[in-house]
Amino acid sequence: MSGKVATITSGKGGVGKTTATANLGAALANMGLRVVCIDADIGLRNLDVVMGLENRIVYDLVDVVEGRCKLRQAMIRDKRLEEFYLIPAAQTRDKTAVSPQDMIRLSDELRADFDWILIDSPAGIERGFRNAIAPADIVVIITNPEVSAVRDADRIIGLVEAEDKGPGKLIINRVKPEMIKRGDMLGTDDVLDVLAIDLVGVVPDDESVIVAANKGLAVVLDPRSKAGGAFRNIARRLNGEDVPFEALDEHDGFFGRLSRLVKTGGEG
Amino acid sequence: MSLRNQLRFGRPSSAQTAKERLKLVLVHDRAGLSPNRLEALKDELIDVISRHIEIDKHSVRVSLTRDRNQQRLVADIPLTPVPSRRGRPR
Repeated sequence: MSGKVATITSGKGGVGKTTATANLGAALANMGLRVVCIDADIGLRNLDVVMGLENRIVYDLVDVVEGRCKLRQAMIRDKRLEEFYLIPAAQTRDKTAVSPQDMIRLSDELRADFDWILIDSPAGIERGFRNAIAPADIVVIITNPEVSAVRDADRIIGLVEAEDKGPGKLIINRVKPEMIKRGDMLGTDDVLDVLAIDLVGVVPDDESVIVAANKGLAVVLDPRSKAGGAFRNIARRLNGEDVPFEALDEHDGFFGRLSRLVKTGGEG
Repeated sequence: MSLRNQLRFGRPSSAQTAKERLKLVLVHDRAGLSPNRLEALKDELIDVISRHIEIDKHSVRVSLTRDRNQQRLVADIPLTPVPSRRGRPR
């Protein structure tokens, strides 16, 4: 049995690639799967701080590629989850230190020991992006419901198809159901209509994501977090489970439930 | 988007505006042809076609469209209305 490689990419920066990588990884590991995350954003490493492992780095991706250490030596184990590892990016080098062939070779080595290899892609469409998608079996494209992010996602979808890595799967992140209801934010249907791509999940905008990242913890391990729940469902879908898409305003707390109760009462 | 948003005082919601602007910009992005270059292409088309047939230059429309996977360059080129010459002896 051989592990699967999923690359998380976006085109535009700041839409939540690193958060998604860390949390999908944690969710899969929490399901009892063996997971390793690779930070492919060389020169701008971030996955280590989001995962709370920044103080344990000895070797990095470039050290592995250039033969200064063994693959196992660069792998940092998560603080909580047994079979969850990070291979951090180098901070003082640039993207040319690694080639797409290096990434394929590295991933193939990891496939034997892991169920999932998740690669956090850098923003942009250049070398770093090509490195990140080279070994991918699945490309997960993440966007926000904003014109700039959707436009860049479309460009990425085209490039992923051009590299024969398509069709990608889409995550819409930082969705605000209240704004969609008001007509002031693109809804899931709007984004899918524009991009014409398969959806793998919708993640609500949620402060608990920032709180968890502040502490270097995975938000998927917080059972009360809405975003955490959405990421857990995405992880299950990626792993082949048939998980129905959650209605966005289904978990809007006591007042939301109350107002819906009143509404249904009024209509019935 | 709900009916309520589409109907509010006949004005499109900002989400609708976003969607329409995105659709337009993506058609140009995907074709790798900016609105400016499309305009240049239109002018050249008019030049070439005018050499062969009289056209109504001001009514020419050239646009990019897409339906799902197929991109299309659509040119609508009306001819100058001329009195019918049919039946006139050569």
